[in-house]
Amino acid sequence: MDYPASIKVVRVPCTGKVDVLHILKAFESGVDGVYVAGCLEGECHFLTGNLRAKKRVLYAKGLLEEVGLRGERVEMYNLSAAEGARFAQIAREMTDRIRELGPSPIRTKGGRELREEAVAEAEGGEEKKEAAGEKKAAGSKQ
Amino acid sequence: MIVANRKPLEEIEGMIKGYGKVILAGCNECVTVCSVGGEKEVGILASELKLSRKKDGKDIEIKEVVLERQCDQEYIEQLRSFVDEYEAIVSMACGAGVQFIAEKYRGKPVFPAVDTSFLGVTEEQGVWVERCQGCGSCVLDRTGGICPIARCSKSLLNGPCGGSTDGKCEVDKEVDCGWQLIIDRLKELGQMDRYEEVEPVKDWSTSRDGGLRRRVREDLRL
Repeated sequence: MDYPASIKVVRVPCTGKVDVLHILKAFESGVDGVYVAGCLEGECHFLTGNLRAKKRVLYAKGLLEEVGLRGERVEMYNLSAAEGARFAQIAREMTDRIRELGPSPIRTKGGRELREEAVAEAEGGEEKKEAAGEKKAAGSKQ
Repeated sequence: MIVANRKPLEEIEGMIKGYGKVILAGCNECVTVCSVGGEKEVGILASELKLSRKKDGKDIEIKEVVLERQCDQEYIEQLRSFVDEYEAIVSMACGAGVQFIAEKYRGKPVFPAVDTSFLGVTEEQGVWVERCQGCGSCVLDRTGGICPIARCSKSLLNGPCGGSTDGKCEVDKEVDCGWQLIIDRLKELGQMDRYEEVEPVKDWSTSRDGGLRRRVREDLRL
C-alpha cells in the first residue's frame, strides 16, 4: 500500500478526541493541510466520536477561512479499518488538493498567494501534511 | 448566565493593529459556560491571531490568561505582575469585565473580543437563549414564571398582541409567543384568574431608563 511520504500520522484513540485547537496548532507549526480519518458513520466504537469530529472539522474550516488560510486545507474522511486501499487513495487525494492550494502561507511567511509559485515549491517535495487518524485507521496502513 | 458572541476575527485584528505584544484574557465564569471566552476559546483566538499575522509575514506575542472572574478586583489584580510587559489587553469577558480591566489599568488600551448579548440559559448543549432582561422589577410571580419582558418581542405586560398566531410570534415564526407561553403555564397551574388582572404601567426607572444601577449592602462594606 503506497501513500505519499509527506503525510505524518498522528494517532488518537478516537476522532472524537480531535479538537479544533489541535488542528489550529498543527497549522501554527507549519503544516499545509490536516485531514481527520475516522471510522464510518454509524460505526464509531464510542457511538458518536466521528460525528463530533465531523462538526469540529467543519468549525475549523470556518476558522481557517476567517484567518485566510483556506478552509479546504482541512477535511474529514470516513473509512473502515479494513480499507487500506481507501486510506492510500484518501492520502493521495488530500495530497493533490494541498498541492493545488500550495504551501501554507504560514510556512512561506510571505503570504504568497500565487498558485504557480506555490505549485512550483510544492513540487520541490517540501510539502508536509499532517493526518490525524484513528488508531485503527493508522494501524491499517502499517 | 451572561451570554456573548465572539466578534469576527477581522474586527479584533483591526483593534490590535499595530500592537505586537498583547494579553488575551479569558474569564472562567459565564463566558466559559457559553463557550465564548473560556480557556479553550482563548486558545483558539490566540491561534487564529498568530496564524493571521504569520500569514502576512508578521508576528505577534500573545500572553494567554484566564481569570477566575473579570468582574472582581482581586482576580483582575492577577494581571498586575506582567501587564507592563505588554502593549494592550484583549478581554474575552462580558462588557463588565472589559470595563473593569480598563478602569484598573488606566494606561493600557483594552479591547473587547466578544459582543455581550443577553442573560440566558443553556436550552441544549450549544444553544443559549435569552430569558431575562434585568429590568430591575421582577413580575414572574404574576406571569406563571415566564417573563413577558424578555419573552414577548414587544415586552407587553398585558398580552398577547394581535401578532400571535398558533403560539408563534409575528416577529419570527421560530419564536414562541411569550404570552401564549404564559397563558399555557397559567392554565397548567390553575391560575388563569391571574390573567384577568390588568398589570399596571411598569416603572422602568429600575431598568436602564433610570441610569447607571448600583446595589449597596452596607453590612458587607469594609
